[in-house]
Amino acid sequence: MSTEVVIAGAGIVGAAIAAALTNAGVGVTIVERAQVGGGATAAGMGHIVVMDDSEAQFALTKYSRDLWQSLLEVMPAAVEYEPAGTLWVAVDEEELQACRQKQRYYDDHQVVSELLDEKALREAEPNLAPGMAGGLLVPGDSVIYAPTAARWLLDHALEGGATLVKGEVEAFESGGVRLSSQRLACDIAICALGTAATKFFPHLAVKPRKGHLVITDRYPYFVRHQLVELGYLKSAHSHSTESVAFNVQPRRTGQVLIGSSREYDQTGSELNDSLLRQMLERAALYMPDLANLNILRMWTGFRAATPDKLPLIGLTRPGVYLATGHEGLGITTSLGTARILADQILQRRPDIPIAPYLPSRFDGREAS
Amino acid sequence: MALLDDNPGPGGQIWRLHSNQWTTRMRASGCEFLPQATVFEVRGSHRLGVWMEGEAHDLTYQKLILATGARELFLPFPGWTLPHVMGAGGLQALAKGGLPIRGKRIVVAGSGPLLFAVAAYLKSQGAIVPLIAEQTTLLDLALFAAGLEANKFHEAGRLLWDLRAIRYRPSTWVTSTTAGLVRLNRGKPVPCDYLACAYGLIPNLELARVLGCAIRKGTTIVDETCQTSVADVHAVGEINGIAGEELALIEGRIAGYAATGQTIKVTRHLPRRARLLEFRRLLSRTFALRHELRKLAAADTIVCRCEDVRFSQVQAAADERDAKLQTRCGMGPCQGRVCGPACEFLFNWPAGTLRPPLAPVPVSAYLNRQP
Ligand SMILES: Cc1cc2nc3c(=O)[nH]c(=O)nc-3n(C[C@H](O)[C@H](O)[C@H](O)COP(=O)(O)OP(=O)(O)OC[C@H]3O[C@@H](n4cnc5c(N)ncnc54)[C@H](O)[C@@H]3O)c2cc1C
Ligand SMILES: Cc1cc2nc3c(=O)[nH]c(=O)nc-3n(C[C@H](O)[C@H](O)[C@H](O)COP(=O)(O)OP(=O)(O)OC[C@H]3O[C@@H](n4cnc5c(N)ncnc54)[C@H](O)[C@@H]3O)c2cc1C
Repeated sequence: MSTEVVIAGAGIVGAAIAAALTNAGVGVTIVERAQVGGGATAAGMGHIVVMDDSEAQFALTKYSRDLWQSLLEVMPAAVEYEPAGTLWVAVDEEELQACRQKQRYYDDHQVVSELLDEKALREAEPNLAPGMAGGLLVPGDSVIYAPTAARWLLDHALEGGATLVKGEVEAFESGGVRLSSQRLACDIAICALGTAATKFFPHLAVKPRKGHLVITDRYPYFVRHQLVELGYLKSAHSHSTESVAFNVQPRRTGQVLIGSSREYDQTGSELNDSLLRQMLERAALYMPDLANLNILRMWTGFRAATPDKLPLIGLTRPGVYLATGHEGLGITTSLGTARILADQILQRRPDIPIAPYLPSRFDGREAS
Repeated sequence: MALLDDNPGPGGQIWRLHSNQWTTRMRASGCEFLPQATVFEVRGSHRLGVWMEGEAHDLTYQKLILATGARELFLPFPGWTLPHVMGAGGLQALAKGGLPIRGKRIVVAGSGPLLFAVAAYLKSQGAIVPLIAEQTTLLDLALFAAGLEANKFHEAGRLLWDLRAIRYRPSTWVTSTTAGLVRLNRGKPVPCDYLACAYGLIPNLELARVLGCAIRKGTTIVDETCQTSVADVHAVGEINGIAGEELALIEGRIAGYAATGQTIKVTRHLPRRARLLEFRRLLSRTFALRHELRKLAAADTIVCRCEDVRFSQVQAAADERDAKLQTRCGMGPCQGRVCGPACEFLFNWPAGTLRPPLAPVPVSAYLNRQP
């Protein structure tokens, strides 16, 4: 098989694209400078979640979640798939009202959800602080371990004839991709470099958005669902410089993963002590006994954020496609991204409308 | 002045809470001793996060002396995770803590002078030590003995006299063990109740690394006054290289005087330190680990005990981080403190990145901070 496509970046997005194109019989070479799935993919929570900030965000996350579910039977155990479901926690009547609205939207869009009152919420999650108004359970959401998922998708592509090249991409040229050690000729290049994409395409409306995560020792059943505060919609998705939200996840190992923070204008990986404290204080507000769990490790990662919270999937200039800008949802949306990018390259009819994700939507607008 | 230690009392590995002239002098000096105090993070310049009495405290300092010591190096071989297998120093500590060993058969194996000390102690407590298996060669041991200065030679001689009834076998190592039996690279399997096995000591460099102290070949780099590459931070004892009690005591004095500006007193100890540094070099040369020890593990031998990761899984990884991401090797409660150094030796990987906290602390350590 000849190489028709070179993919730069073996994060979960690049790996998913490699798998999708190989499935379609396309010759693929994928270039990665470090560990497979070792970038943002290794930093993220791995929550596979349907989100409804916008129609387009809903369409891509729902489509992607369905694709993940379709793979369950062939997924290896190492991917640590947990059908935990998402539980949106409403602290007061106002937030519970928002849950009801969300539920109506989900009902209209074939997403199963279940409204929990105060008592049902306590039964579902006994370690939540008493007095919470209720919540909305979305049982179809899940949790995976993204680095092994990326490795699995990539291995699938390699078995189908794709090639992995270890190296540093230095330029996207016409008719090829230049690495430090060699030049890979190709008809089509795909930039799946996450936040590093702006190094090659400085005009892109993509900014790094730093996040902190904390993992505890093993406490099986301390948390049962992926818990997210409903205020998340207000706090985490606003565009202010710094924010934290209650976001707690049960891992297959029995560990508890605690998030989340969002912060612009940061490039170093060091911990921001005050933001970390705010994040943990918020978590302990929702789950007081969390304070007693032992922390094993804390780290940071960078999301590739865009102004409209939608990824960039499509042609940016002749022969060069983009697949970046997935912000806090790239693990979820990697599969949908791969499909609609392959559809564009192979001129297939996509399953969902793709206009909202095309990079050309920002043409003529400067990066904000 | 404050001395903090994560143990309940002063004394570190060898004195282990038994008071002696140094702990007595320390207590009489007016130095505050903070027991069960764990440094769990570095909070900017001249500031440490300390977990103590169920709370996190900020500790600021003008001068910091690191004396974080060493731990045993364990290498995986079939059976090493079975309950009858322990570290050499580890079994000694357990025996001191009350584990009954009188009349028990204990094979002592691994590498380094610690094996002698442990065997002598076990024997003095009534254990039967049928064999000490030392991986290094007889030639290296002979060169070592020849290189010892008189007082160290006497020390060694006394130990050997104590151990005269025990078979001491160079170029010998454990290839596998099952309950009640130890197999060696040569000779018949040896029946035993316990196997005490460690491949020497490795410095506890975590705090020094997080402080940014320059490190080379697994030890801190210090000048004559035990000053590290970081201003106001000194390092003493085993973290500067494994050499045992005598050098640790000298360096402790040097750093104490240097940190308090008593330069003349520093000078007095320099010649002795220089000679002991020779001994340290001699030790590391003599007990360097042989290549065969990289080949002991079978495909299904566990390498990471916290996460049950097997040798073949780790072997398939491209590097330390790839192993961590794909197999969870080093991701458990000990954060690679045990398997990390083993993998560095087995696969020639550089040390992995350190992330806070330095020791597990509850979430509450980050909530309401006490100054
Ligand atoms: C704290 C946090 C929590 C998150 N939680 C979730 C979640 O719960 N659910 C979810 O769906 N998403 C989540 N995300 C988002 C998700 O992690 C990312 O959107 C996703 O991993 C992006 O994948 P990627 O392949 O685009 O990028 P990356 O994983 O960053 O991959 C890019 C790759 O390109 C390589 N590379 C870069 N430059 C070069 C070069 N010059 N040459 C060669 N290779 C290069 C890098 O080494 C890297 O491997 C979270 C993100 C963060 C930071
Ligand atoms: C198991 C074992 C047995 C040994 N037996 C002998 C022997 O018989 N003879 C001999 O000469 N040498 C022996 N050694 C070597 C011995 O460690 C040194 O000779 C001597 O103890 C060196 O003193 P030190 O102060 O450098 O380290 P140590 O005595 O190890 O003291 C270090 C102290 O720092 C504490 N500490 C480490 N990190 C932190 C932190 N983050 N926060 C708070 N406290 C911390 C530790 O708990 C420990 O109490 C042994 C070593 C080990 C590991």
